[in-house]
Amino acid sequence: MWDYSDKVKEHFFSPRNAGAVTGANAVGEVGSLSCGDALRLTLRVDPETQIIKDAGFQTFGCGSAIASSSALTEIIKGMTLDQALTVSNQDIADFLDGLPPEKMHCSVMGREALQAAVANYRGEVWKDDHAEGALVCKCFAVDAVMIEETIRANALSTVEDVTNYTKAGGGCSACHEGVEEILTRVLKEQGRVFDPTGAAPVLAKGKKLSNLQRIRRIEGAIEAIRPNLQRDRGDVELVEVDGKNVYVNMTGACVGCQMASTTLDGIQQRIVEDLGEFVRVLPASAMQHRV
Amino acid sequence: MTQGIYLDNNATTMVSPAVVEAMLPFFTEQFGNPSSMHQFGNRVGLALKQARAQVQTLLGAEHDSEIVFTSCGTESDSTAILSALRAQPERKEIITTVVEHPAVLALCEQLEKEGYKIHRLKVDSRGRLDIHEYMDLLSDRVAIVSAMWANNESGTLFPVEEMADLARSAGVMFHTDAVQAVGKVPINLKDTCIDMLSLSGHKLHAPKGVGVLYLRRNTRFRPLLRGGHQERGRRAGTENTASIVALGKACEEAMQHMEYEKTAVRQMRDRLERGILAAVPHCFVTGDPNNRLPNTCNIAFEYIEGEAILLLLNKQGIAASSGSACTSGSLEPSHVMRAMGIPFTAAHGTVRFSFSRYNTMDEVDQVIRAVPPIVAQLRKLSPYWGENGPVTDPERAFVPAYA
Repeated sequence: MWDYSDKVKEHFFSPRNAGAVTGANAVGEVGSLSCGDALRLTLRVDPETQIIKDAGFQTFGCGSAIASSSALTEIIKGMTLDQALTVSNQDIADFLDGLPPEKMHCSVMGREALQAAVANYRGEVWKDDHAEGALVCKCFAVDAVMIEETIRANALSTVEDVTNYTKAGGGCSACHEGVEEILTRVLKEQGRVFDPTGAAPVLAKGKKLSNLQRIRRIEGAIEAIRPNLQRDRGDVELVEVDGKNVYVNMTGACVGCQMASTTLDGIQQRIVEDLGEFVRVLPASAMQHRV
Repeated sequence: MTQGIYLDNNATTMVSPAVVEAMLPFFTEQFGNPSSMHQFGNRVGLALKQARAQVQTLLGAEHDSEIVFTSCGTESDSTAILSALRAQPERKEIITTVVEHPAVLALCEQLEKEGYKIHRLKVDSRGRLDIHEYMDLLSDRVAIVSAMWANNESGTLFPVEEMADLARSAGVMFHTDAVQAVGKVPINLKDTCIDMLSLSGHKLHAPKGVGVLYLRRNTRFRPLLRGGHQERGRRAGTENTASIVALGKACEEAMQHMEYEKTAVRQMRDRLERGILAAVPHCFVTGDPNNRLPNTCNIAFEYIEGEAILLLLNKQGIAASSGSACTSGSLEPSHVMRAMGIPFTAAHGTVRFSFSRYNTMDEVDQVIRAVPPIVAQLRKLSPYWGENGPVTDPERAFVPAYA
């Protein structure tokens, strides 16, 4: 049985805002029938103020899918559309006092339904960047598609690499067989052979950088990317460097942009290349989670 | 029976009070190792002998030495299949079915990666095999056929005795996972061509952690665990004596209650099924209603999801199980439901009610009253459901992105 919080149970047993909103002027439909979770979100938006006056959901899904839908509608009612777009899936999960790792996708579905509904209101076409695979690492909720794509994008070749880039396998280590299988498959596609004894390749040669040199190089990498973002009326600034973690602030049009996480990945790749070592680029909002 | 209504007996069963009583002395005064020469061991050895005979009787085996005690059904399945491969290294193929338990399917998947060829027999919309497909696959390249006697989800019975005959005439070993069938349907192995059979104690009111591999005399065999001479060297490791004694007692009781399973338990199941089908629109029975276990009923409730149903049933103290993706933690609904071609909108909403002799008609009536409002409540939330029924053309009315 799932270890659901009392809040999840409460929102499942007595869901708020169930059903379609009358006079809705925004609709978002997302989900996957094969996975057994799908959600229709309807909103009534005040055209003058852009405020969400009412929100309702219809969900085909499990207990946590229904609870996540209920939580989402409670969170966004009274927000402007722009405010609502800043609601992350973590916000939905936090509102419910957490979700089991296998169920985090229910909160993702909530956030995507919201994005789809806003796009629908604005007359835009919402395209999902969604691909979900079987959950491999249960400690950090990392699925097979995420691992596969990260291996391809960064030419990874060891389990250790995968753990560094995705966190998968960094906890109890029970999923290492699964990670090895994915590595074997992806490397085979590239005509390579997975070698379980192989060490992670050295990213770049050169002597160790001083802290100042390191930060300057990170700044340099970010400066090089900024013009691209500014072209789309967005921007990024360096906030803090803490060991392997680089914290940045996305500003302007980057705020609430659904491509933001892809942009962060791009920045990270650039910095990793320039620095010759692995670092993780995180939004400054993640600094509060530091331990 | 404890509080609540337990209708999940295909998952596990309550240990019967007489079984608990029989096993308890083996934790205390009867603690000896049956392999020991002294009186402490000897008495336990005699108890194991009795348990072996009790299992033999329930299975209708010719010899008591054909009973090999193991730790569970999964171990028995693995032992049987791996033994057949090791004893016949020149044979590189296995025939099984798409609806087997993961104990067989996951093992076969692994063997496939190691280079074996796995033939998975398909089933039709009622979960039935195509016997001609099976016959065409039998050859001297096949090391073993492994087919379940009864399906754990739908209760559908496979014609394993007929399949074993066909395998024998083709010179192929035959194994059946009978974990769900033993104790619920009469079995008389000496009149069949079944070479190996797996059973699990906790499905028939014995405790968890004990199982049996039936191994027909003269079947070529290679042990999974080597070590001491326990089980005549076919399964090394000190015997789980208390649980083996318990399993023996449970088999004796199952023999006595076989008629009750076929009559009273079946009547309870049938009453529940009729009651729910009459009260709930848009639901149907999965599997083959005319050829299934007497205790199992699997109903698909369309347009809603199974975990949500189970949570609401559980709130009222009713325990059942579901084939939805969410209850298993996988990305797809039950492979058994998919194999029968049940659409996603119904497969996720399947609920299995499985009975035992400890259930009562009064419980059945309570469940019949509880189910319709739960289904109605969840359908009110469903994007596929309108005011008074499914929306017109539901598959087209709601088409979520990345479906």
